[in-house]
This record gives sequence, C-alpha cells and structure tokens, in this order.
Amino acid sequence: MGNALTLFETLTSCIAAEQPVAMATVIQGAGRVGAKMLLRPDTPRLGDLGNATLDEAVERAALAMLTRAESGVRVYAVPEGEVQVFIETYPSPPTMFIVGAVHIAIALVTFARTLGFRTVVIDARGAFATAERFAHADELIHAWPDEVLPARLNSNSYVVLLTHDPKLDDPALKVALPSPARYIGALGSPRTHAKRLERLRADGVPEEQLARLHAPIGLKIGGATPEEIAVSIIAEVVAARHGLTGKT
Amino acid sequence: MHDLLPVIEQWRARGERVAIATVVKTLGSAPRGVGAKMVVSSGGAMAGSVSGGCIEGAVFDACQEALTTGQAKLLHFGVADDDAWDVGLACGGMIDVFVEPLDW
Repeated sequence: MGNALTLFETLTSCIAAEQPVAMATVIQGAGRVGAKMLLRPDTPRLGDLGNATLDEAVERAALAMLTRAESGVRVYAVPEGEVQVFIETYPSPPTMFIVGAVHIAIALVTFARTLGFRTVVIDARGAFATAERFAHADELIHAWPDEVLPARLNSNSYVVLLTHDPKLDDPALKVALPSPARYIGALGSPRTHAKRLERLRADGVPEEQLARLHAPIGLKIGGATPEEIAVSIIAEVVAARHGLTGKT
Repeated sequence: MHDLLPVIEQWRARGERVAIATVVKTLGSAPRGVGAKMVVSSGGAMAGSVSGGCIEGAVFDACQEALTTGQAKLLHFGVADDDAWDVGLACGGMIDVFVEPLDW
C-alpha cells in the first residue's frame, strides 16, 4: 500500500469532490492507443500521451474545453503522423446561490436541482431559512450574503437575489457584480430596480457592472404565484447558461 | 460516468476486471451523446448504454475482447457500414465508440 493513486482513482475522487477534471485518451493514429493523461486547472498533469509537445497542446485544449463543459475528439500532428485524442471533461456542477429564503426560493431550489444545479440558500433570518422549508437544498447558510459569497463565486456561479430588502440585496450585489459569476439577477419591480440602480450608482458601482444585472429578474411569462415566478427565473438562468438572454 | 462509478467499484471489489466503452463522436441523429458510457465486467455483467440499444450487443462483445487481449480499440458504427445494419443502427446516425480495459 502507500502507492500513488491510479488515474482512475484520481478521476473518481475529483468527480466525487466536484472538482473540475479532464481526461485525454489516444484513440487512434500514430500513438499509443489507450494512453491517458489527466488534467486539472492549476495542477500538474498526470500520465502522458508519449510526446511532451503533444501533452502540452492537449493540456491547453482540455483546460479550455473544461471551462466550456465540452468533450470531443481533437486531431494533432506528431512526427510519426496524426493522432486522435478524445478529451472528456467533467466540469464541476453549476451552483445557484439564492439570497433570501423566501417562498419563491422553495420552488426555485426544486427546479434548479432538477436541472443539475447545486443549490445554496443564504439568509441571515432564522425564521425564513429553516431546515423544514429547505430540506431539499444542498446547503442552507445562516449568514449575511456578503460574508459568504466572496469566497464562493466563480464563472460557474449563478446568483439570484430574492430578498427585496436593500439591507441584504445591496451588499450581495456589490460582491456579485465584480465577481466572475455567470448570472446575477435580482427580484423587484421596475420601480424598485430604478431605486436600486440609483443607490448603487451613488455608491460608485460602475455602469459596466450594473449592466450585468438581470432585473427585474426572470423571463416575462405572466407568472404571479411564487412557483410561476420561480419558473420565469429558472428559464432566464437556463438561457444564461447557454449564452442567451431568453429575449428575442 | 458518475452513475457508473458505484457499479465499477462493486465489480472490482469482487475481483472482476472491467472494460469501458465511451461514445467519442456522433454524427446525425444519435441516441446518446459524446461521453455516454457502458461498462462490462469480466463476469459478463453490464451497465450504462452507448445507444438506444442498437449497438450494445456488438459493444459488449468488443468489451469482452478488450478484457481478453488487453487492447483498447476504436469502433465505428454508421449506416455506410454494412455491419451497422447487422447490429441495427437504423437511426441514420454515426457513432464512434472507444473500448478500453480499465487498467489505468
């Protein structure tokens, strides 16, 4: 015992820990068919495909594909001819941070989980953020959003603000807007939103950051109940996930 | 892959060897996308799928062969291929499946 982990063990532990990982395999051509290499962001590659130049090119491609959650075959020229490499990526799952453990959030957690999102519900108010209401959330955090979000947001994060309350929403926005988060949306009528923009501008939040904010949140589907509003929010999030706005 | 990990672990725990088949390329209407996987044990168990059931038989045989020879292999299934009709890939698509023994 005490041996280094095999590539398979490393792969499975990354998948279990939800850490992004990619596996490259020579599948055909002038190479060792079946040769494998495991790649992770900011971590030295494991294994090799038999040619350092090829390994480097494949690592660059794999890490780029990982950020796009894309898998596929790439063809590389090597001195002996051509080699086909299958690059399979296992990105960490997208995470939805829901600020405000309100009624809409209950349905939104259900929809988000069905669509493959991890769900994190954040609310400092104990009466809202109860384990009974949010047993289906992956994480329920009793804290102020600006305490939690800075360490957690990355390009696979989706931030949904549902509190209506500037005391909670504004600090969360000031953290989320400059972050790499993929989607940021906030609940509130056009009037509420206009006031919010005024406050954020007065606090010096730059226009290009304000332009990132989806508000009023959600696609226009005429919903009125908390569940219907959750549908309109999740629809906008799905559009953002695919690089669209959901508007024609 | 995620859903197949427990089954692989189970098979290996009882001393069986495992082969993995992965869809690496598709063209046209293919029932399962790139990355879809099927795993086969040396004892003849299988889990997962690489199509809607059209090519699983042939892929199962290829997995057993890979376990015997220790060799990985790229399989091509398409309508232009006479074999494709034999194994019934009637959807009009094309699927490349990479079969390998899990020895890494």
